[in-house]
Amino acid sequence: MAENNVILSVQDLHTSFTTDHGEVMAVNGVTFNLNEGMTLGIVGESGSGKSVTAYSIMQILEKNGSIKSGKILFKGEDITRWPEAKMRDFRGKKCSIIFQDPMTSLNPVFTIGWQLKEAIELHTDRKGKAAEDRAIEMLKLVGVNEPEKRIHQYPFEFSGGMRQRVMIAMALACEPDILIADEPTTALDVTIQAQILELMQDLQKKMKMAIIIVTHDLGVIAQMADEIIVMYGGRVCERGTAEDIFYRPAHEYTKGLLRSIPSVDKIGQRLVPISGTPINLLNLPKGCAFCPRCDQAMKICLEQQPPETRTIDGHLSSCWKAIEEEAAAGLIDLTGPDGKPEDTSKLAEVSEKD
Amino acid sequence: MADKFTPDSQYLVQAHDMKMYFPVKTGWFHTTPLKAVDGVSFDIKPGETLGLVGESGCGKTTVGRTLLRLYKPTGGDMYFGGKRIDEKSIGGLRKDMQMVFQDPYSSLNPRMTVEDIIGEPLDVHKLYSGKKERREKILYLMELVGLNAEHATRYAHEFSGGQRQRIGIARALATNPSFIVCDEAVSALDVSIQAQVINMFEDLQKKLGVAYLFIAHDLLVVHHISNRIAVMYLGRMVETAESNELNNNPIHPYTQSLLSAVPYPDPKEAKARKRIILEGDVPSPLHMPSGCPFRTRCRYATDQCKAEMPPLTDKGGGHKVACWNR
Repeated sequence: MAENNVILSVQDLHTSFTTDHGEVMAVNGVTFNLNEGMTLGIVGESGSGKSVTAYSIMQILEKNGSIKSGKILFKGEDITRWPEAKMRDFRGKKCSIIFQDPMTSLNPVFTIGWQLKEAIELHTDRKGKAAEDRAIEMLKLVGVNEPEKRIHQYPFEFSGGMRQRVMIAMALACEPDILIADEPTTALDVTIQAQILELMQDLQKKMKMAIIIVTHDLGVIAQMADEIIVMYGGRVCERGTAEDIFYRPAHEYTKGLLRSIPSVDKIGQRLVPISGTPINLLNLPKGCAFCPRCDQAMKICLEQQPPETRTIDGHLSSCWKAIEEEAAAGLIDLTGPDGKPEDTSKLAEVSEKD
Repeated sequence: MADKFTPDSQYLVQAHDMKMYFPVKTGWFHTTPLKAVDGVSFDIKPGETLGLVGESGCGKTTVGRTLLRLYKPTGGDMYFGGKRIDEKSIGGLRKDMQMVFQDPYSSLNPRMTVEDIIGEPLDVHKLYSGKKERREKILYLMELVGLNAEHATRYAHEFSGGQRQRIGIARALATNPSFIVCDEAVSALDVSIQAQVINMFEDLQKKLGVAYLFIAHDLLVVHHISNRIAVMYLGRMVETAESNELNNNPIHPYTQSLLSAVPYPDPKEAKARKRIILEGDVPSPLHMPSGCPFRTRCRYATDQCKAEMPPLTDKGGGHKVACWNR
């Protein structure tokens, strides 16, 4: 990954929520870089911390949640230190978000035009008529027919797919550098999903923005993402290019996920599910979070969290089993991010164990 | 229908020209029938799985519910094991036809223990002679779906989504049915858990010989589990075939675009794929287009499509399609 065109860099992010039952560790040390104009996919099951990671970037967490530590660098500046007023400018103008449910993310008592204009007037110099023209232009861009007429309509007069288009128009009205899409098509039907995904890819080319797409759907990720992060239990299991993740998965969880989805070439075969149930974020295990469900678990997995290792072709994973395999094949890149050799004592431990 | 429909004994479930209209108030004195299901026919053999796919609002859930007579159908003949399903017979047939619901959170009573939830159908149909037998049956059912005996005294909220769905399945199996309607039974579950439940459905079918009507919107899942698949669009059945045949050789333009729109979990394949993107949205079932319901979004639509609904015709080998142009 070239360092020069990184637009957003999340470093060792920890986010947690205080609840009556204790502290819920939703995100535990997430690190990734987002390059300009690229699409990053965050994939994981419910409770894996993928949405909370997205909300942490926007700093729109619920009241009981907060970023405990870590940095979020936007063009080199740490936005976790920004005051609220500056953040308000960041949201919408630099970075926008669209949510899963287009039914509830629009205000039912205002017209579509009013809601679009509000966002435009807040973030740009366009006021009044100019803002309205921009609203119409944006609706046209996202493929809403007769936008001049439709800006006077209310959200209930729009179908689910059309509402999601309005949300995208609103998110992109101020030409942000980053668009975060949190399960943008999960509530939509397949044929409408295909329309929306294609629209997002089209607009990305036109507006040259970066996209972070958060989803549980491996199919959507495969279609959209250049790079993928796989999350489990608030931690990053694995990150790499889409090809790395789908064709050369390293982490046992990623392998399990890919085995468990039905596909055309698995017809007539039994699916191989991941046993057990997702972990409780209230008490995370000491070792690897996936360990209780992993059929390749070793003693060290129970005791120590696996470090993130990089193979020579830049594929990162945090799995003791993968470390063992990669070390045996001589694939691990032992130069750290600063060019110096990394501490290899832990790697040695794995090979000693057997 | 002029000619009387006669049931075929090789099928367990048969539906002929099923119609279900809901009255919708459209003004002070006007009600318009919402044609949720409009003339759907299908049949299911013992121990077979028929997948029913379509987008939201196409009537697939209504088909399942009407079949079990949770709704009183507007028209059509439904048969179960050669017996006509009607007001009189349904009481005796309920035991053999069960349902598993989509939402494992709202389909279980939060005030009942697992034992009571699974035991309720046994109570209703009086399927045990004493307390001991009831308990034994419940424990057997729990074991069948992979729940521990110690879970019996717990409440639904203490379980994860996947486990709750297992409770719902155990409840459906309690009366030893030969047919289960699975209405989006795995849609609310995470991928890794979904695979567990799909495998369980397949195992139970092998073991107990139950037939399924598997209603879902996820085509990959339906293709995996079904022997045959039926595709619905706006209350009509547009295509039905063996699952592999449907997947490899879709004929109806709607099925073609539906299959091409499925995001395929393979980056090279997904990016190289030619998608047939449909224009616009599904029309409102209150204002159905004349003739073929799909014609407003169809690439091949002609005047004939506007005038007349195409019948479901056999294109060979049981592959039936309702389209004038294909």
